[in-house]
Amino acid sequence: MSALHALAALPAYVPMIGGSGTGNPTADFSDTPWWLSLAKALLIFVYLLVSTLLVIWFERRVIGRMQQRPGPNRTGPFGLLQTLADGVKLALKEDLTPKNADKIVFMAAPAIAGAAAFVSFAIMPLGPSVWMFGHLTPLQLTDLPVAVLLVLAVAGVGVYGIVLAGWSSGSTYPLLGGLRSTAQVISYEIAMGLSLVAVFLYSGSMSTSGIVAAQKSLWHIVPAFLSFFIYVITMVGETNRLPFDLAEGEGELTGGFHTEYSSLKFAMFFLGEYVNMFTVAALATTMFLGGWQAPPGISAINDGMFNHGWWGILWFTIKLWIFMFFFVWLRGSLPRTRYDQFMRFGWKFLIPVTLGWVVLVAFIRGANNGWLGDAKLHILGREIPYSTLALIVVVAATALLATWIWEGKQEAKAAESGIRPDEVDPYAGGFPVPPLPGQRLREPAATAATPTLTSKEDQHG
Amino acid sequence: MTSPYIPLLFLVALGGGFAVFSVLIAGLTGPKRYNRAKVDAYECGIEPTPQASGGGKVPIKYYLTAMLFIIFDVESVFLYPFATAFDKLGLFALVEMVLFILTVFVAYSYVWRRGGLDWD
Repeated sequence: MSALHALAALPAYVPMIGGSGTGNPTADFSDTPWWLSLAKALLIFVYLLVSTLLVIWFERRVIGRMQQRPGPNRTGPFGLLQTLADGVKLALKEDLTPKNADKIVFMAAPAIAGAAAFVSFAIMPLGPSVWMFGHLTPLQLTDLPVAVLLVLAVAGVGVYGIVLAGWSSGSTYPLLGGLRSTAQVISYEIAMGLSLVAVFLYSGSMSTSGIVAAQKSLWHIVPAFLSFFIYVITMVGETNRLPFDLAEGEGELTGGFHTEYSSLKFAMFFLGEYVNMFTVAALATTMFLGGWQAPPGISAINDGMFNHGWWGILWFTIKLWIFMFFFVWLRGSLPRTRYDQFMRFGWKFLIPVTLGWVVLVAFIRGANNGWLGDAKLHILGREIPYSTLALIVVVAATALLATWIWEGKQEAKAAESGIRPDEVDPYAGGFPVPPLPGQRLREPAATAATPTLTSKEDQHG
Repeated sequence: MTSPYIPLLFLVALGGGFAVFSVLIAGLTGPKRYNRAKVDAYECGIEPTPQASGGGKVPIKYYLTAMLFIIFDVESVFLYPFATAFDKLGLFALVEMVLFILTVFVAYSYVWRRGGLDWD
């Protein structure tokens, strides 16, 4: 508790918001017997299953509204039981195994995908300590000094489900889909892992409860805003969701890695995907949005009463569902990207930008700790080292210069390739090409493709 | 609770048990009607292309991606302890980290120049 008091005593001092963490979890599990842990595990399991049932309904309803149709509304009130009915229907379908399939791996893959999805939630803090059956215990199954590393490791295990499913099906489309999906997930995992480094720099801890405690005065989304944006992009790529669901592009790969799966085996992949969505959203909430803590205005009410007890689970769930809506919104708005563009974006943009950002955050932290000079400026009751200000000025100037040069280059490029013909022949390349804005299609009669025919017709006409 | 990893095993057991149960029960709840076309590889209705067992050859591109992934994954894992203990390590850590990132960045630029990051 002393670490928490020390944190609360810190002045509201913008880039320096924690850092006094010891790296160990701040949540106290000393009063948690094993049976209570088991009960909490069951609670989390049910929470995830119910959330998944709801989010599939939610997604179909919201997508429906976005496309001017009602969405599922027949099964139960507002169609709420639709997912359950679909699950029962899947269970009553024939369980097919293709004759080329590797039978054992074909069975194991959906089990891995389904099982791995649940594990990460063990370290997500759903709330502060509460009284449960006479014991004061945190609303979190467990916490480790390396909790975030566990999430990344489990995500890595989850990839096995995808790659083995694609490999063992003995069919072309699943193999391609599985390979693509694997390459995609591991590529975006790098940028995701690097974007989290900035959070560790600010919180001085890798345990999720420590990170939430470090955000008591200021959520990490403010000082690590670029990390947040990069994380949000990578979490969509990581969960194979639109616009990055290239592994399941219906037009090119039918169903991707789960083309050959039916019945409850398919349901496991489906469940795994949605639970993974909750996991990455929960990690984003914990790392950047203050975890279970109430939003700034509400947390000040009545001496922070909304930050105690079971309230935490409400804020956590609300933040989670904001991300769910974001996922659905993306799916409703954006078309699928092209695979090479997607990989180029990940490898040639996200990774170098994240690395540069990590170095920058490290320098800002160092300047704040007074390693680059001790002189401090007093503004509005806050102390800001001169070195921090100098660093920010240098970075801003560099960014300005870079955009200036980039814009100049873009203009030069536009001027170079800007000479577009006003009139284009749509069949010049052998297949029809639509005109660019401002261009006219050449009249078909004037093309060289059918000169004899037109001249004959002219004569007759 | 002695070890923080034991509660983790509870959730692993619950999730794993549920997944394995669902996969095994799938064969019992559904009907079984044999049809030669159903157990063939699905390729939207055309005759399936012959498949080498075990997937056959895979484009080298994927191996390259996997190897690059290992390099950068190890890099980010090395950055974690540094970032966590940053405040205690002092200026030395900052210099060390910049040197480390620069070293990997050299390899990264090399791969980029040699076209290792292109997907065509």
